[in-house]
Formats: sequence, structure tokens, C-alpha cells
Amino acid sequence: MKALCLAVVFLPLAGALLAGLGGRRLGTHAVHWLTSTAVGLSFLFSLGLCARVFGADGAIYRETLYVWQQGGALNLHIGFLIDPLSVTMTAVVTFVSWMVHIYSIGYMRDDPGYTRFFSYISLFTFAMLMLVTADNFLQLFFGWEGVGLVSYLLIGFWFRRSSAIFANFKAFLVNRVGDLGFLLGIAGVLAVCGSLDYQEVFELAPLNSEQLISPWPGQQWHAWTLICICLFIGAMGKSAQAPLHVWLPDSMEGPTPISALIHAATMVTAGIFMVARLSPLFELSETALTLVLAVGAFTALSMGLLGVVQNDIKRVIAYSTLSQLGYMTAALGASAYAASIFHLVTHAFFKALLFLAAGSFIIALHHEQDLRRMGGLRHSMPITSFTMFIGALALIGFPATSGFYSKDALIEAVALARMPGAGVAALALQAGVFVTALYTFRMLFLACCGTGRMEHPEQVRESPQSVRIPLLLLAVPAAVAGIGLIDGMLFGDYFRNSIHVAPEHDVLAELGESYHGPWSYLAHSFLTPTPYLAGAGVLVAWYCYLHRPQVPALLARHLRLLHRLLLHKYGFDLFYERGVTACGRGIAGLLWRLGDERLIDGVVVNGSARFVQKLSRNLRLLQSGYLYHYAFSMILGLLALLLGLIFFA
Amino acid sequence: MPELLDVLGLAALLFCISVAGIFLNRKNLLILLMCIELMLLSVNLNFVAFSHYHGDLHGQVFVIFVLTVAAAEIAIGLAILVLLFRKRATINVDNLDSMRG
Repeated sequence: MKALCLAVVFLPLAGALLAGLGGRRLGTHAVHWLTSTAVGLSFLFSLGLCARVFGADGAIYRETLYVWQQGGALNLHIGFLIDPLSVTMTAVVTFVSWMVHIYSIGYMRDDPGYTRFFSYISLFTFAMLMLVTADNFLQLFFGWEGVGLVSYLLIGFWFRRSSAIFANFKAFLVNRVGDLGFLLGIAGVLAVCGSLDYQEVFELAPLNSEQLISPWPGQQWHAWTLICICLFIGAMGKSAQAPLHVWLPDSMEGPTPISALIHAATMVTAGIFMVARLSPLFELSETALTLVLAVGAFTALSMGLLGVVQNDIKRVIAYSTLSQLGYMTAALGASAYAASIFHLVTHAFFKALLFLAAGSFIIALHHEQDLRRMGGLRHSMPITSFTMFIGALALIGFPATSGFYSKDALIEAVALARMPGAGVAALALQAGVFVTALYTFRMLFLACCGTGRMEHPEQVRESPQSVRIPLLLLAVPAAVAGIGLIDGMLFGDYFRNSIHVAPEHDVLAELGESYHGPWSYLAHSFLTPTPYLAGAGVLVAWYCYLHRPQVPALLARHLRLLHRLLLHKYGFDLFYERGVTACGRGIAGLLWRLGDERLIDGVVVNGSARFVQKLSRNLRLLQSGYLYHYAFSMILGLLALLLGLIFFA
Repeated sequence: MPELLDVLGLAALLFCISVAGIFLNRKNLLILLMCIELMLLSVNLNFVAFSHYHGDLHGQVFVIFVLTVAAAEIAIGLAILVLLFRKRATINVDNLDSMRG
């Protein structure tokens, strides 16, 4: 078991190091073989872990590899916690990562940074695996920062583009805001429990459930509420929840495989995973859960709407990711952690699929990302179009696809939640279903149907084999993962004790009472509005973008205010640029001019030099060069010494 | 037989003369050396006077030491003086200010 774990986690690291340090010597061919084999093996081994964990003995494996620091009661170590939750994540991460590796062989073929690219994506896989297999907060934080770092490197992969540099800087800064909250949350856990080990914290937390903490003197707050909100701020940064979502659409500056790997399937799910992993803590605070629910529902609906007005194919999918992450977050808030993770898994498949298919279009059109210059691609690129169609069906929750089960269960779970505002949240999520269908099929119709609006439609060719194979491989789970997993994951004993739900919050158990297998669930769902909303979304998209293409422009003219609101993304970017960063720059400029230039440069550095200069200019006047002056001063000194001796001794 | 105070007064006078010689002399480096010698001798005179007054020969032993050191010192001083004269062709104190800062 230990060897298996080590192999799963460290094979990608080995691949990344070899490709990164020896890439030039190995050559491009060896590099992509090496890294994809390492990640592929890692995927196979993580299937092995799954087999162990879900096998007959159902072992939960917990092992400390290495003690890093020990002081007093505090023990900081590196260790693995292999339980149903973490093996699910490792399997998904390594599978998607493997697909992305294979895909990149074709996609990045002529890029000058080929080996660097493979090194980064392997390193990213390693960081994400460290994050999900961690058995303590410190290692979680390590993985957390690791994925943040690699995403920074990858968003700015084409570092000669100033927009890419701007985007990766933005991602880094926004993530810092979240990470600050996360770090404060970890510090709070340490303050209350005196330990960073999951097991110890989870055992101690219910015993201290009513503990108070004073963030500053004279204030007494409920400790777990404060801690959970801080931790959730971290999740908001990493999982791109409003208002810390602004980095994700911009991060589409990176190569498309990266968007699939980092910004759809794995890294942004770190926040969701973290909240699910820390479910015993979040269960202690109703307030924190309500906040999670509200943020999630708001993100789900508002970010989906933005997808409708975007023209960049990758940005449409990026906003869709934001919206879907909002769904997952809302489920977390409703204590339906299992539903959230279920949606995370299915979403990883179909969103990676959508991104990779979009990338296939983009490369076939010579890096054209604008939907207005696509069209009719289903004739020239049938396989990519077909897989994208599958992904789109899953995304809108077409009955029997994977997204249908996860999203439907998730919405019903939120509707059953008892916290204040859950009803509104469920309504927002249901409205989101319509919006999702609208923007997804808008994208699909604009890209694949109608007439080709590119310059040379007859020259478009299907992408190479290494691009097509991952698409097909991802299309399979995107279509069927729902039927296969819903039984165990939502209503079975799949997660066992890796997710803890307080009995009074357990909406999934309530949902499970009326559950009789995937097919009857399918039939039952036609009594709810969800499939009809999705269908309506598709119909509206068909009407507006295929049947009567002049409608959107007409609508934009008549609803100018709304249209401008959406185009400006609700002003979040504007607010950050004009408000927060301008303020920060102002303060920094002030500090620079006062603190740096005046105080440090003027007084401390140059000032001390000037002082010494002036002093020595005066002192050198004493050096007359005449012997008798020296002798005189010597005698005077001697005299002073003697007098001192007489008077003070 | 002179009193102790008389001898001490004489020694002090000699010391003052030598100090004054160091300060006031602007011409000749040789005089500077002689003044230093005189300074040492005046101190020696103090030693002898106290030794005689206390009936303790240790003081006079020290005088011998001081004389020896003074002789060595003046030998070195004169040697330097000779070198200096060869180099600069002058022993005028006012001209020797190459150490001015």
C-alpha cells in the first residue's frame, strides 16, 4: 500500500524533474513518452489504490512518511491519508492529467517550450496529488500553494504575450487573497486544537464545538464559524467563487490543454475538495454553511449568464466552469458533500472534454478562438464535433448523461436544505440550468453548425490522432459515469467516514429514501422542472443562433443596460482595477516615495553616508602633518589621562 | 643638601622647558629630539630624588633602564633623521608636513 501511494504521488514528480532538468538532452520525443508514461502509471496505480480501498477489507490507509518538525505538542509531518475521498480524487486527477498529456503531444507539437510544458503539467499533477492525499493541513497547504505556483507558470506559459503575463499575475494575486484566508483558517485550527493532523483535529473539534475565539481584543466569536469562513475564503480563491473568480476567465491565456487540466478539471476543484475533506469542521457552523450556500448559488447563476455574451470559445467554457463550481459550492453549503464531489467527478470528465474539443477546433483553425469566425465545423471535424456534443449534453444535464445525475441530485439536495435562503438558492440553481443550456448550445451551434465563417472553410482538417484519442476516451465517462457512480457515490456507503454529515443536515439521506436505482431516478426527474428548463435553453439557443441569427443583436439593442452589465462582467474587474488595485497602487506609491525614497534611501542609506562624509571632512582638518601638533595632542591626552586618574580613581 | 621639593621643582622646570621646546621649535628636528631627551632626563631626576629621599635603590635602577631606552631611542631617532635629511635635504620642521590630511 505504501509503495503504491508513493508511486502514485511521486511518479509525476519524477517525470516533471526529468523533463524539466534534462529535457533538452532527452529530446522532445523522450520527454513526452516519459511524462505521459509516468502519469499513466500513476493513474493505473491509483486504480490499484481504489481497488484496495473499495475492496473487501475496505482499508483506510494512513501513514506518516517523514516528520518534518517537532516542537512541544506540535508535530509537522508529511503523510498520506488514503480513504474513499482521496482515491476518488487521485483517480480523477491522474486520469484527466493523463488524457491532457496525450492530447498535448499533438496540440503543442511545434511549440518552442515543448519540454517545459510537459514538465509543468507533470509538476502540476504532483502538486494536486500531494493536496488530495494529504493527511494534515500543512501538506494540504503545500499542495495548495504548489498548484497555485504551477498555474501561475502555466497561465504565463507564452510569456512573450503581455496579456498572458497580466493574466498570470492577476491569478497569482487573487489567489494570494484567498490563500491569506486559508492560512488564517489553518492558524485558527492550530490555535483551537493545537494540532494540524486531520484525525486529531476531527476528533477534538466536536468536543470544542462551542469554543469562542477573539480575533481582536474585546471581541468573542464562535471559533469554528470564523475558522470555516477563513478556510472557505481560501476555497473561494482557488475554486474561483464570486467575488474572487476574476482570475479564471483571464487564465484562458494559457495553452488550451492547461485550461482543461487546471482550470476545469482539477485545480479549481481543490477548494471543493478541501471543504468536503474538512466536512467535520464545516458541520459545526451553520453560519459558515449558509455563507457557502449563498456564494455558490450566486456564482452558479451570475457567472452562467456571463457565458451567454462571450465570443471567445474558451471564455464561454471558462464561465461555464465558474458556474458549475458554483453548483458544487452550493451543494457543499447544503451539506450534500457527496453530491458535490459527484458533480466534481462528472464535471472533470465533461469539462476536460469540452476544453480539449475546443482546443481541437482552435488548433485546426490556426489559433482562432472567436466563435464569430467558426461555424460548420461538424462537417470538417466530425469526431471533435461529436465529442463536444457529448460534453455539451453532459454539461446541460441531458437525461442519462453523467451531468444529469450529478446536477439533478445536487439541485434536489439544495432544495431540501433547511438553512435560511436555501429556497432562493435552489431557484437560482434551477434558473442556472436554463442558462447553462443556453450558453452551451449557443457555443455548439456557433462552432459546429451553420455556415463556416472562417477565411478558408475548405482547408479545415480534423486534428491529429493524439488529439482525437483523449477526446474519445473522455467522452465515454462523460456520457456514462453518472449511471455507474450514482448508486454508490450519492446514496451508498461510498465515502464511509471520510465525509461527515451531521444527522440534522443530511439532505442526501432524505433524498435517498425515495431513490430506487438510476433508471427510476431518470423517470422521476421528468416530474421536476430541470430537464424542461434545459430543453428550453437548447430551444432558445437554436432559435436565437441558428433559426433567427438577428435576434441576439436585437435583444442587445433593446436591453442595452443588461447587455452592458453582462459585457462588463458586473463590474467586478472594473471594481478591482479602479478600486482595489488603484488604492493599493496609491498606498504603494506613497510608501515608495515616503518610506523608500525619503526614509530608507534619503535618511538611512544616503543620509548615513553623507553624515560620515561631513564628519570626516571636518576631522581631516585635525591632521595638520606637523610633528609638534601631534606631540602636543599626545601630551594633552596624557595630561587628561593623568588628571582623570587623579580625580576619578 | 637640597630639599626634595627643590629637586622636584627643578625637574618640573626642566620638563616644562622641554615641552615648550617641542611646541615652540619650528626650525630644527634635532632640537625636537633633544627636547624629548631632556624630558626623559627630568623624569630621571624625579626618580633619583625620590630614591634618595626614601632610601630605596629601586628608583635608581629604573633610571638606568630609562637611560638605556633613551639611548636606544635617540639612536633610532638620529638614524631616521639622517635618512630624512638624505631624502628631503632639510630637517626644518615646518617643511615636514606631508602627512597633512
